[in-house]
Amino acid sequence: MPEQLAFTIEVFMNGLMAGVLYALVALGFVLIYKASGIFNYAQGVMALFAALTLVGIMEGQVPFSHLINAILGTEVHHFGWHVPAFLAIVLTMVVMIVLAYCVQRFVFRYLVGQEPIILFMATIGLAYFLEGVGDLMWGSEIKTLDVGLPQGINVWIDEFTFDATGYGFFIDNLDIVASIVAAILVIGLVMFAQYTKQGRAMRAVADDHQAALSVGVSLNFIWILVWSLAGFVALVAGIMWGAKSGVQFSLSLIALKALPVLMLGGFTSIPGAIVGGLIIGVGEKLFEFLIGAPFLGGATENWFAYMLALVFLVFRPQGLFGEKIIERV
Amino acid sequence: MFYREAGDFNTSYAQDQQTFPIKFDRYRYYLVLFVAIFVIPFMVNDYWVNSLFLPFLIYAIAAIGLNILVGYCGQVSLGTGGFMAVGAYACYKLMTAMPDVSMFIHILLAGVITAAVGALFGLPSLRIKGFYLAVATLAAQFFLVWLFNRVPWFYNYSASGQISAPERDTFGILITGPNTDAWATYMFCLIFTVGSALVARNLTRGSVGRKWMAIRDMDIAAEIIGVNPLRAKLTAFAVSSFFIGISGALFFSIYLGAVEVGEAFGIQKSFLVLFMIIIGGLGSIFGSFAGAAFLVLLPVLLKIVGVDWLGWPTDIVAHLQLVIVGGLIIIFLIAEPHGLAQLWRVAKEKLRLWPFPH
Amino acid sequence: MKYKLGTLAVAGLMAASPVMADLVFPSLSYRTGPYAAGGIPFADGYADYFTLLNERDGGIGGETIRVPECETAYNTEKGVECYESTKGEGALVYQPLSTGITYQLIPKVTADDIPMLTSGLGRTSAKNGNVFSHVFNFPANYWDGASVAIKHIMEQEGGSLEGKKIALVYHNSAYGKEPIRTLQELSEKHGFELKEVPVDHPGQEQKSQWLQIRRDKPDYVIMYGWGVMNQVAVQEAANIRFPMDKFIGIWWSGSENDVLSAGAKADGYKALTFHNVGSDYPLYDDLKKHVIDTGKTAGAGDQVGTVLYNRGIYAAMLVAEAARTAQEIHGVTDITGGQMRDGMEQLEITEEKMAALGLPDFGPEFSVSCDNHGGEGFVAVTQWDAEAKEWNLVSDFMQSDQDVIQPLIDEDSKAYADENAIEGNC
Repeated sequence: MPEQLAFTIEVFMNGLMAGVLYALVALGFVLIYKASGIFNYAQGVMALFAALTLVGIMEGQVPFSHLINAILGTEVHHFGWHVPAFLAIVLTMVVMIVLAYCVQRFVFRYLVGQEPIILFMATIGLAYFLEGVGDLMWGSEIKTLDVGLPQGINVWIDEFTFDATGYGFFIDNLDIVASIVAAILVIGLVMFAQYTKQGRAMRAVADDHQAALSVGVSLNFIWILVWSLAGFVALVAGIMWGAKSGVQFSLSLIALKALPVLMLGGFTSIPGAIVGGLIIGVGEKLFEFLIGAPFLGGATENWFAYMLALVFLVFRPQGLFGEKIIERV
Repeated sequence: MFYREAGDFNTSYAQDQQTFPIKFDRYRYYLVLFVAIFVIPFMVNDYWVNSLFLPFLIYAIAAIGLNILVGYCGQVSLGTGGFMAVGAYACYKLMTAMPDVSMFIHILLAGVITAAVGALFGLPSLRIKGFYLAVATLAAQFFLVWLFNRVPWFYNYSASGQISAPERDTFGILITGPNTDAWATYMFCLIFTVGSALVARNLTRGSVGRKWMAIRDMDIAAEIIGVNPLRAKLTAFAVSSFFIGISGALFFSIYLGAVEVGEAFGIQKSFLVLFMIIIGGLGSIFGSFAGAAFLVLLPVLLKIVGVDWLGWPTDIVAHLQLVIVGGLIIIFLIAEPHGLAQLWRVAKEKLRLWPFPH
Repeated sequence: MKYKLGTLAVAGLMAASPVMADLVFPSLSYRTGPYAAGGIPFADGYADYFTLLNERDGGIGGETIRVPECETAYNTEKGVECYESTKGEGALVYQPLSTGITYQLIPKVTADDIPMLTSGLGRTSAKNGNVFSHVFNFPANYWDGASVAIKHIMEQEGGSLEGKKIALVYHNSAYGKEPIRTLQELSEKHGFELKEVPVDHPGQEQKSQWLQIRRDKPDYVIMYGWGVMNQVAVQEAANIRFPMDKFIGIWWSGSENDVLSAGAKADGYKALTFHNVGSDYPLYDDLKKHVIDTGKTAGAGDQVGTVLYNRGIYAAMLVAEAARTAQEIHGVTDITGGQMRDGMEQLEITEEKMAALGLPDFGPEFSVSCDNHGGEGFVAVTQWDAEAKEWNLVSDFMQSDQDVIQPLIDEDSKAYADENAIEGNC
């Protein structure tokens, strides 16, 4: 196999894998937007908050220790125990559900029926708030997140492709795990939406709030449910990205990677988020490999993702899988 | 009681159409202008100007610009940072290429250049709408920042890739560089801010502004009644970018003096200015000022209270600052979803009837 | 007219902290934001050293030291606010620890007659004191770093780099682009091939870059990164099984933060440094006795002995010694910013001096002069031991290739001087 072709295939595969990671972040946006029409700017910060909480619980950190020490003059930092990863994930999920309840109870209950831009603004407030609380609770140092995910080159694929083609392909184990998790997550979400009572109620709310309300669906409950689900997706995304870089403020910036994916896939489609993620991942990696790095001096990925989404949108203004925009006067 | 229009009679059309038809409002406005022009310059020092007034005035211009696009024409834009960068780099190139020309002209030219770039990136708005349009402008944001970082011509081939403003004056008064007087930079920016507000206010209530608003409220309906969407949207992008370009040029040349494009004009800047106009109030010039004040002055105020008065550790104050700003945004929205400008309108209405509300 | 309301306001603000004739060393720190992990230990070290001087010696030359801290979050605008709010308190020297804020402050500090120290960061050509009268960047700068990295690689390769391939992975910003010119010159001189690989901010996703490195198979990788970019790069390098001992980071890519999250796989990763590592110095005993055990640490006290904490200590030590020098030259203890500048310009760090301070062999010996604000450019290499979780010095302090760097410095500072019509002050 000619070398250039092998390289291209490798870049393509890694683009797919990166796309899955983008899609994981985008999924959280889609869930909330579909059910409540809220464009949740705080999704990235939620991922950070979830990952911080997970590490904090695992390490037995005392929440707000910095604040407590500053006010009371004490020296508390750790409870002195270590929680196993699985239990810590469950506990973090409980925290995210409490957060979902609080968000619904104290913020969005008062904003029902407002314009999208107002709801968007409220999530910005939420993002500031959560970022501050997360830092106060767990401190802003960088933390190592180790829940036992495999990382590094997959040796089997490397050797297998080397024997077959003469060039060993690089696939990261973490990416493989992420793809499997993402697949399970999407299948789980679709099953949940299709076959459970709450799931059907959720879809009913997404279709028409008022009709759902009139047949006895509790909007309040559904929205708490949706925010909890988004919290769960944020936690998964936080674990995946946190495993790469450690848990730190920059984790909240992954939301930026999800924006072109959303635009491309449509705000209201779960499959759209996945397909959009894959297209963006492959597109930006291939562009960087074929044109960006050799001719434009590199680091083109960020803007190319948006340019790609832009070109798609010019032809399909509602995104790939978005609901068709019908305009009437 | 405190705020009334009783006895305020208009006897000509001109009077009826003035910006502040109520006498009380008019005098308040004159008073604010009087204080801004004749009192503040004589009292300020470097600290007040550089950490409060300059950012406030410059962000206010950017907010006015973005408000024209988002608030009046209904086109969501997240490219503000990129357009500010165009203004800054245009200003830098002009300043260094023509050192003898007055800074006024450079800044205005930078605005014109940004307007052209803005109109170009506004083209997709004819096809893409709503949050989806944000992507088109985000593409501008990321592409422009990358471009200014990549092409050495923009930063005059300097080794570091940063641009820094050399000393320039206007009418013999130094207004860029480190040796400026506080009042000079303040006045320079004030002139632009007041000018921008006046132009924007009069544009938005004229026929151009009414076309924008028709597009905002429903573009198809607007098209049917004879508004050309191409012209309306592109003029909105151009005018908006003109103001944003001016603010970017001032931001670079007067306020910071040296910028690095990724850090100063990154995506965070785009969000920040968007936050300002939403908090302040969409479709309101006053709202642009209120929003800029809220997001520029409040953090400084909280810092002064927390660190300097209460003596708390700086990191706790910084975190609490985020919590308080976030909390206040939510509280304001719950109290009044249409921003500070609407809150102000409601307050005026209440004051008009007070103390006999019935 | 310049200070009217201001003095009132500042006086009001200062009411909480007693205004005395003391030495003010403002700390423009960042304990929040994307670079908090790097900012916290430095700020802790910087503050703790001055606390120690206050507690143990009663300050410098009998003058107590005050370190007002101001949070910049690595943001230039907040940096301006911090500068303006602290300069009125009689600030003696600024160390912003951010290249963006440095550029922004260079003209301002010069106009306000306050020196600025940017050890291992900021504008490299500020080494030319003839043009940059108030900016210092001793003991080493970015170009020294690039040159010593090449020198170290040459040692590893037995003296010749002919036909070798070296990749530079850099943060796509002014900071990251600093070493390119130097490395290009060096590649011509030594005959190696240079490959530039930019990473866009923030750098969480570097798959393309590392695939490129895996394809190109460079012999060595040099990295100029900061923040999350470092952790991801170390992780990705481990993922593609790039030999870690051929991966060399600049000093901003060489702290515990950057390697811990990659775990055992980061073992052998190298980084440059301009000061020593570890906490095995007499000064740390004093620090423990006077500061840590008495609960007077600036932060949580858990950073002591980390690389960036040491850098904070080192930075504080340099300016404290400069202040002492200034007191000697001018014969007054309550020095001003201008006098502090003179002290920095005549600063001389010798082994005896460092040993007397309880920091033997902590950094290179160097001296500053009017022409040379950057020292002699001695840099060492450290290596990460993942098992013991500590950095170890694996080379001596080596001097950078001044034949290559000096012309570049002259050229860049001349451009600045022309642009700003600076005559020269030496």
